[in-house]
Formats: sequence, C-alpha cells, structure tokens
Amino acid sequence: MWRIRAFEERVGELTRASEVHGLVHLSIGQEAVAAGVCCALRADDTVYSNHRAHGHAIAKGAPLEGVMAELMGRADGLCRGLGGSMHLVDAEHGLLGATGVVGGNVPLALGSALASRLLGGDQVTVVFFGDGAVQGGIFVESVNVATLWRLPVILVCENNGFAEFTPRSAHTVVERVSDVVAPYGLERETVDGNDVVAVREAFARFLGAARGGEGPFLLECLTHRLRGHYEGDPERYREALAAEDWQELDPIQRLQRRGLDEGWLDSPTQLEQEAREEVERAVQFARESAFPPAGLTDELVYAS
Amino acid sequence: MTETTYLKAITTTLAEAMRADERVLVLGEDVAEGGPWGATAGLVEEFGPERVRNTPISEAAICGIAIGAAQSGVRPVVEIMFIDFLTLALDQLVNQAAKAHFMSGGQLHVPLVVRTQGGAGQRGGAQHSQSLEAWLTHVPGLKVAMPSTAADAAGLLAAAIADPNPVVLVENKTLYFRREEAEEEPVSLGEARIVRRGSDVTVVALSRLVPEALDAAEELAADGIEVEVIDPRTLVPLDLEAILESVARTHRLVVAHEAVRTSGFGAELAAQVQEAAFDELDGPIERVGAPFAPIPFSPPLEDAYLPGRAEVVAAVRRALAR
Repeated sequence: MWRIRAFEERVGELTRASEVHGLVHLSIGQEAVAAGVCCALRADDTVYSNHRAHGHAIAKGAPLEGVMAELMGRADGLCRGLGGSMHLVDAEHGLLGATGVVGGNVPLALGSALASRLLGGDQVTVVFFGDGAVQGGIFVESVNVATLWRLPVILVCENNGFAEFTPRSAHTVVERVSDVVAPYGLERETVDGNDVVAVREAFARFLGAARGGEGPFLLECLTHRLRGHYEGDPERYREALAAEDWQELDPIQRLQRRGLDEGWLDSPTQLEQEAREEVERAVQFARESAFPPAGLTDELVYAS
Repeated sequence: MTETTYLKAITTTLAEAMRADERVLVLGEDVAEGGPWGATAGLVEEFGPERVRNTPISEAAICGIAIGAAQSGVRPVVEIMFIDFLTLALDQLVNQAAKAHFMSGGQLHVPLVVRTQGGAGQRGGAQHSQSLEAWLTHVPGLKVAMPSTAADAAGLLAAAIADPNPVVLVENKTLYFRREEAEEEPVSLGEARIVRRGSDVTVVALSRLVPEALDAAEELAADGIEVEVIDPRTLVPLDLEAILESVARTHRLVVAHEAVRTSGFGAELAAQVQEAAFDELDGPIERVGAPFAPIPFSPPLEDAYLPGRAEVVAAVRRALAR
C-alpha cells in the first residue's frame, strides 16, 4: 500500500509539473482494495482494471519503473509509451488491460475466465470497476452471462460513492452494488474496503472457490477516493475531508495502528521510506528513458 | 470443382477450423441451432456446447467476452446476426478490440473474427438491411472483409481465423443461397481479385455489387464496351495496387456498393485512386451507391432504392462519356 501511495503522490506532483501527461486519476485512499485482492493472486491470474489503474498494476506486480515511464510517455514504459495512465497493460504479470471507457472491459474479464476453462487451466480472472460502471448496460449483460455460464471470474467493485463528480444517490436508487446483482443469485459480499485485512479475507474465500472452477463472485469494497476524480478536478461537488476523519479512513494508517497494537509492526516509517526511495528510482529511470521513436505509431496498428 | 453455396462454404470452413484447432470457439445468438440461415448448422453436434455457445441477445457482451477470450489464447468466431446490431457492440470493437495490440505496446493480441451480414432486398426494413462496413474501415486496428462468392467466403473466413488481429467479415444475406462451382483455394487478406478482364473501364465492386457488376459487364459487352471488374475482397487492408494497375490500363473508374453513397467506402476508394493516379484518369470517378435515406420497407420502394446492374451500367456510360 505504501508503494502505491508513494507512487501516486509523486505522480500528482509530476502531473502538476507537466512531467506526467494526460488525464490522471489517482486511487489514493483506495489502496486497500488493490493490495488486498492482488496479494492473494498468482502471477498467471488475470486482472482487468479501469481508468484508475496505477494501484492495480503495482499490486499485481508491475515494476514501478515501467509504470512511471509509461505515465511519462517513454519508450521504456510498460506499453512503450502508447497506452498511458488509463491503458496500462503488463501481460507478464497478468494485467491484461485497463480501459478509459467506464465498464467497457467487464466482459473481457468473462472472456479471459472462459478461456481459462476451455484451455483447461485454473487461472482466475478479476475485474476492478467503480460503482459508476454499474449503471451501464454492459455491466448487466456481463453479470447475466457470467452467472449463466458460471465463469470463474471475481467482480471487484470499488464503491467510493462517487461516479466522477456525482454522488451515487444522484445516479441510482440502489445504494449497494451487491443489491444490484442480487437477482442473479451470485455469491457476493460487501466489505469495508479501507480495511485491507477484511478485503483480503473476503476475497480469499471467493478466490479459493473460483480456483476450483466456481463462479462468478462479486466483492463490493466500500472505500473513499481522497483526491478528485482526476488531478486538477476542483471538487466543487463535495466538502474536503477533515484530517481526523481521514485518519480514521486511511487504509494505511489503519493497518499501521493495527500492526503496532498487535505487535507485528515495529517501524512503519521504514516501509514508507523504502517505498519513497523506490519511487524516486522509478522517476529517475523514467526521466532517463527516451521518448518512443516516431515510427512506432505505424508499426503497432496491426499484429503480424 | 464442387457445387456449393456461400452459406455452405462458411459452415464447412468453420467446421474445418474447429477440427484443426481446438482453440477455435463459435459464439453468438442461436448459433447452436444454426442461426436464422444455418451458417453454424451441425457444429454443436460435432463440437459440443462448450465450443458452440449460444448467447443471450447481448451483442456488446458477446463481443467483449470474445475479445477477452482472444487475449487469453482462444480463437473466437462471433456471429452478430445482422450488421445493424453491431452498433450495440461498437465500444467493444472500436475501443477494446481494435486498440488493444497498439495501446499495450504490442503485448496483447486479439485474434477475433466477427461474422456478420448486411444487405437489403428481403423486405427487412431499415434496421435489418443496412450496409455499414464503411464505419468499420474508419477504425485503425480492425480488418474488414466482404466476400462476394462462396470460394471467397471460405477463403476469407479461414484467413480471418488464422489472423492475429480482429477481423470483421461482412457477409451478404442475398448471396447465401446462390449455387456456385467453387474451388477451394487459400485467400490472403488484402488481395483483390480481378473477376472479369476488360480494357475500357474498371469497376471496383463490393459484395452483392460484384455479381451485379458482372451482369452489367455482360450487357455492356453487347455494345462493345469491355468492363474490368475488380473485387477488393478486403477493404482493410486494401489492395490498392491491383486497382491502380487496372486503372493504368482502362483510365476510367467506377466504384460500386450497396451502402449509402455519402461517406461510403467508394468515397475512400475514389480519394485514394485520384491521389495515387490522377494523371491516369481520363474522367471523373463515378460512384454507385444507395441514396441518402433509410431503406424503405415497401417492396417497390426498396427495389427502386437498391443499386444494382442498371445503376452500374449507367455509371459506366457516364464514365465513358466524359
């Protein structure tokens, strides 16, 4: 979680310095979902992500250097500089895509799960999406087919209460995403998404069953997006969170308090320090990486 | 040479591909029942319901599932029953399938085939009869093929299944049951076919307009006008060389398709030819296409709406008169 937090805080700074380009969506405050889910997965399990993808990529094992270089549009980026923040892919670590079209890749996760079954594997597929994606038709189409075909896919909803600028209450009368899918009868659970242990425990139950070929499952993680929808969002639509409320919500501070109380954590500042140093090395790596050659645009339109 | 139909050629090719490679998967609405025309008839009996999957009427999900499966090592062949319904899956094709290889810096492959069919003439009304192929050609990353014969339906489908990119195969419903002597031969995506040799004018025709152009050529031959007919077979990639080579001999060009003329693929063909070979042209390029109107239901109105042999004949005469 510290690696994600430190990375994204630095990305925020670099966005304002125009070193990181484009539309940047940070997941600060939501790290427990990415960490709690991905730490239970194998490298060959597949993850699909969304426009708020940095945390999922890092948690799934993508190297910070490659992610940072991608955000800066460099040749050594994960996607050779052709994807950017919203379209991270790291096939080696099982991150098969992120999409800037809200909800657009939920069915792709079903397809990956179907492939796993048809090819005789036991890989599980996870797709991360926000509560805003649930109001799109493709979500309902996907839940219908996933349940009909009993696909080994785990739908992980990061319900942060806001779809872009608008609170969930202004988008739908159904408060919980787990209630939206209730008629389909799939196993589902809503957890405190800022409690990484709760996320991991609930996810691990689903993962065990999915590994055995069962599915689908839906894990709804109630969480909080500390930053705006995108970097630069003036956030006129909500009050800033009070510092004492953030202390209570912050998944990192919560885990640290728990670790200190339970005696298994000695020095939380060391984790933070190590993470920040690793991020600085990634920034240096990215800065030193060249921009991609001009010919790359034509080269990769089609696979050969 | 064996007698077959366009439709049988498709069924046979699907079965052969599924026998040769167990990763090939067929999915779509009613495919296990063969679909409305029977393109997938008999497949479920041989390959079972895991590989011949009926889906709900959820075009976007069907395409999305196929894209995800393709990215994870399966070779899906999706059937979208009417090209009119492909509109429901455009996010999947345009944003997810077409760009995955590119945006991932080459990490991902999407060996996906979408079979669909278009075309009017069966009183289907304006939502079951369209020719929307030009939209697809505007999306870098997609390949688009339009067979006009049984042999090409088989060859292009086999090539599409073997291709590592998303390919949309736009069939034509009025061609499905034409009987043909066909010889099995491999076809490459991006290779045009000279259907008839001629020296006076080149007609580049798509799909149903290929047989219409051949009929037109017969009629014009009676007047001593020799028409060369070229079927590009794939719109993306386009075999521009074959067309330019023909235009260099005939110096006159007609492009013909059933789609609405405005912003139809013929406009792109005309633009590319005049950019590459303006000096070879002895007159303006003539375009044959449907009027800028939805397809009318009433039979006499639909018949009048549809471009065919008469429109090609008229266009050739205009091209030669300049």
